[in-house]
Amino acid sequence: MNKQSNTYTIIYIIVLVIVVGTALAATALALRPRQQENINADKMAQILAAAMITPEKDGIVADFDRYITSQFVVNERGETLDNVKAFDVDVATQSKLAPDRRELPVYVCTVSEGVQKYILPVYGAGLWGPIWGYVAFDADGSTIYGAYFAHQGETPGLGAEIEKPAFSSQFAGKQVFKDGRFRPIAVVKAGQAPLDGEDYVDGISGGTITSKGVGSMLDNCLTPYKKFLQNLSQQTVR
Amino acid sequence: MADKIKAKEVLFNPLSKNNPVVVQILGICSVLAVTAKLEPSIVMGVSVIAVLAFANVIISLLRNTIPTNIRIIVQLVVVAGLVVIVDQVLKAYAYDASKQLSVFIGLIITNCILMGRLEAFAMANKPWPSFLDGVGNGIGYAVILVIVGFFRELFGSGTLLGYQVIPQSFYDAGYVNNGLMILPPMALILVACIIWVQRSYNKDLQED
Repeated sequence: MNKQSNTYTIIYIIVLVIVVGTALAATALALRPRQQENINADKMAQILAAAMITPEKDGIVADFDRYITSQFVVNERGETLDNVKAFDVDVATQSKLAPDRRELPVYVCTVSEGVQKYILPVYGAGLWGPIWGYVAFDADGSTIYGAYFAHQGETPGLGAEIEKPAFSSQFAGKQVFKDGRFRPIAVVKAGQAPLDGEDYVDGISGGTITSKGVGSMLDNCLTPYKKFLQNLSQQTVR
Repeated sequence: MADKIKAKEVLFNPLSKNNPVVVQILGICSVLAVTAKLEPSIVMGVSVIAVLAFANVIISLLRNTIPTNIRIIVQLVVVAGLVVIVDQVLKAYAYDASKQLSVFIGLIITNCILMGRLEAFAMANKPWPSFLDGVGNGIGYAVILVIVGFFRELFGSGTLLGYQVIPQSFYDAGYVNNGLMILPPMALILVACIIWVQRSYNKDLQED
């Protein structure tokens, strides 16, 4: 048999690709459940990070169940939606829908007896790929308690700095309701301030596009929660 | 008898005299990228050993059937398949390490050591020597990675595998972690130091 003929070459490569493809599909299927567990545990750790809780490496699920005392999904009008679990909502897809059609997850985190924080997920675009995070609000529905940001592939040392506490800790204490208006935190060039008096944090020098991405991510993903946060603040006043 | 000596050479030569990183200067890119901490260095080293050993064996088994004009493609398909499997296994069993290594596991495909060994050794040798060659070269690569990772983590973060090694009293006395160690250029300088030490021991490697 001529091993250099076209027919042989084509059949050879087809068989090879089928064999390798089958092997890959089998591995992926066999490992999927374990990978999903890891991804879930990682998501839980990120949610807790927004409320400044660092769970034990082996006890992430247990810690999540202990601190996150309830989770629910609201819509833009602030009404709770039944039969949807907050943890299962894909924030990436939701953030691309029109605000009135979104399912908005809320995680209630009891950091200590009777003190509750409300953790809201955000998702947007950085320079090279997606960025996401979680923002924890105090029970007054306006003050930010903590924030956590992550990214897929921002430039190390520049845009990637958004995942460092040096950036995310700036958010603590900022107000989204100011002078009776709802304005989610702006991210601006260090040393500047927004003209309209909105609460702001300093962006990352050299990471301008990622910083702007964080700003518009907060605008896009927190604005639909306006009604929910308002209701929250009224409850607290009462 | 002659075979045994050859097997030994095949396995141990890449550790020092024919080290893929410090003698052949291959795979430098990933040495810079993943060695800021010791743990990802070890995981990366083990991954490369596994991929290289199995790719060598598979290509060696297929060597007489592969049509010459698509041999590079066949090698790439085999390596790519193995790398994806390793990536999936890491995602399932070493999630943190796989998050840290991110794209670099996938980039094992482009590691010159792999294509070099497949093309130079596996295409011309039987499976067993090819396996030894793969393991040897993988270990040769991993050793350098671990040495560089060890020094970068020790002096850059004061930890080893995440555990504090440099005692707090040092910091109280004014000791500061060397931030330069964390940055990629330091890996290059460390590799250069290893090359220096190694060449001064092996005179026959010195070039005029």
